[in-house]
Amino acid sequence: MREGLSHSEKGSDPFSIFSMKHVYGWLLLTPAAILLIAFTHYPAAATLFESFFSTGTVVRPSRFVGLANYAALADDPVFWKVLGNNAVFALATIPTSIALALLMAIWVNGKLPARALVRLGYFTPTVLPMIAVANLWLFFYTPQIGLLDKVTGLFGSPSHNWLGDPHTVMACLSVMTVWKEAGFFMIFYLAALQSLSPELEDAARVEGASRWYFFRRVTFPLLMPTTLFVMVNATINSFKLVDHLFILTKGGPDNASNLLLYYIYQVAFSFFDTAYASTLTVVLLALLAGLALMQFMLVERRVHYR
Amino acid sequence: MNAAEKGAAWLLGALWVAPLVYAAWAAFHPAALATHFDPLAPVTLDNFRKAWTYAPFPRHFLNTVILVTMVLSAQLVLCTLAGFAFARFDFAGREIAFGLVLVQLMVMPEVLIVENYRTMARLGLVDTILGIGLPYMASAFGIFLLRQTFKTIPRELEEAARVEGCSWLGVLWRVYVPLARPTYLAYALVSVSYHWNNFLWPLVITNSVNTRPLTVGLAIFGAPESGVDWAVISAGTLMAVAPLLAAFLLFQRQFMQSFMQAGIK
Repeated sequence: MREGLSHSEKGSDPFSIFSMKHVYGWLLLTPAAILLIAFTHYPAAATLFESFFSTGTVVRPSRFVGLANYAALADDPVFWKVLGNNAVFALATIPTSIALALLMAIWVNGKLPARALVRLGYFTPTVLPMIAVANLWLFFYTPQIGLLDKVTGLFGSPSHNWLGDPHTVMACLSVMTVWKEAGFFMIFYLAALQSLSPELEDAARVEGASRWYFFRRVTFPLLMPTTLFVMVNATINSFKLVDHLFILTKGGPDNASNLLLYYIYQVAFSFFDTAYASTLTVVLLALLAGLALMQFMLVERRVHYR
Repeated sequence: MNAAEKGAAWLLGALWVAPLVYAAWAAFHPAALATHFDPLAPVTLDNFRKAWTYAPFPRHFLNTVILVTMVLSAQLVLCTLAGFAFARFDFAGREIAFGLVLVQLMVMPEVLIVENYRTMARLGLVDTILGIGLPYMASAFGIFLLRQTFKTIPRELEEAARVEGCSWLGVLWRVYVPLARPTYLAYALVSVSYHWNNFLWPLVITNSVNTRPLTVGLAIFGAPESGVDWAVISAGTLMAVAPLLAAFLLFQRQFMQSFMQAGIK
């Protein structure tokens, strides 16, 4: 805004002299605006609206039910289960991916022979679709013929249905997700590390500081903005990452691995309860909005670091 | 960095490519030998041949290529126009409009599957490739990226072009678009990767072979209940990811930079 004003004050904006800038501006924006409104703003508003109505059927048309869907949600044990699963999934994958990403970045940023190759290896899972990743990992977890069973079999353990056991299924999915995501987060740390001044490390060496001490007291604090940024991004991702469930578990056993977005899909397209699916979507939108707000505040703070 | 640390770095790298290497092993060997690591085992392309015929892979490939091309072309046009408007036209309501565009960064179309499905049904676009692509064509990320790039282009260049008699559309086409080429490339890589790999929305909106992209075809093919053996699934999975993986191996630096830009926004 400030910038725009200064330009028109100077009279340097060639378009403003026609004072057609409003018309041109909106004309250029219109095609994109129509699609954005149709597939982002309108559906978001319609979702909220729908959540106050019942699901219509042929014999019973949809009617206003106030907060009844939200009351049903509060009483739905599956909803609380999937929300808990989302929290477990986030807690199991995010800190591990971030720690590994930082380690990877430090390694490929250092004097490692063949480091381009190693970096390539770390990053490769990022370009694979989640469906393909699930296909690859399914075979590790399959009872009897799977690689995991073969390895534990060497130690005399009996065959185990890793994905069919509520106690192990989330751990299995989390390990796979960490594999998929760590390389992606690595590139942010790598960029941050490369922007750090090399004189810092030289100074530390002169002072006789150990590498661990230098990391703990200098590198890690300086990387804090990156860590916060990656953390928020990873949390947002963890709500959208559900493709693997279609292949590996379908949310089972007994919803032990079900996640909110997958549950929305089930309610809408398997149980055909669109009103309740809208109610669940409102919860997801609220969570994402909260995270967006956090991200926004982080960006504001990052300005102070510059 | 001491030797132990180097070893650990390499070991982690080996561990990271192991699932892919393992899938490749299974795909190139007879099914019976999929779990026997005998270096002398006979190599075969049988699994690829089977995968290619068991599932309508050629059709899925075609659908994905059409989808990715269509989405990217539309995105380039729409985002260029909108990005230019935000960067260079001081129109009324610009800041509010920009804020509303950024909402899409958080609320991607796949979060709103229920309502978007309903909209597509009303438009008669269920089970069409256009239906898969339409919600993504106005991309907030693209608009944002191009706006940032256009803002860095000195106005003097634009004024020089206008003195020579360029219309504002000519200025956009002759000055802004050529100077933003690296941004276009970065955006194209992210967009193609995203839509090559996207799954949930295409799954919801398609229900026939003629429209399903690779990811959806792969999910049906690879589901445990399909009864297809592991070696063939590996072959199918590798075929589906091969084009993108090959592009990545060729342009890795560009890919990593683009993905990073997409993350930072």
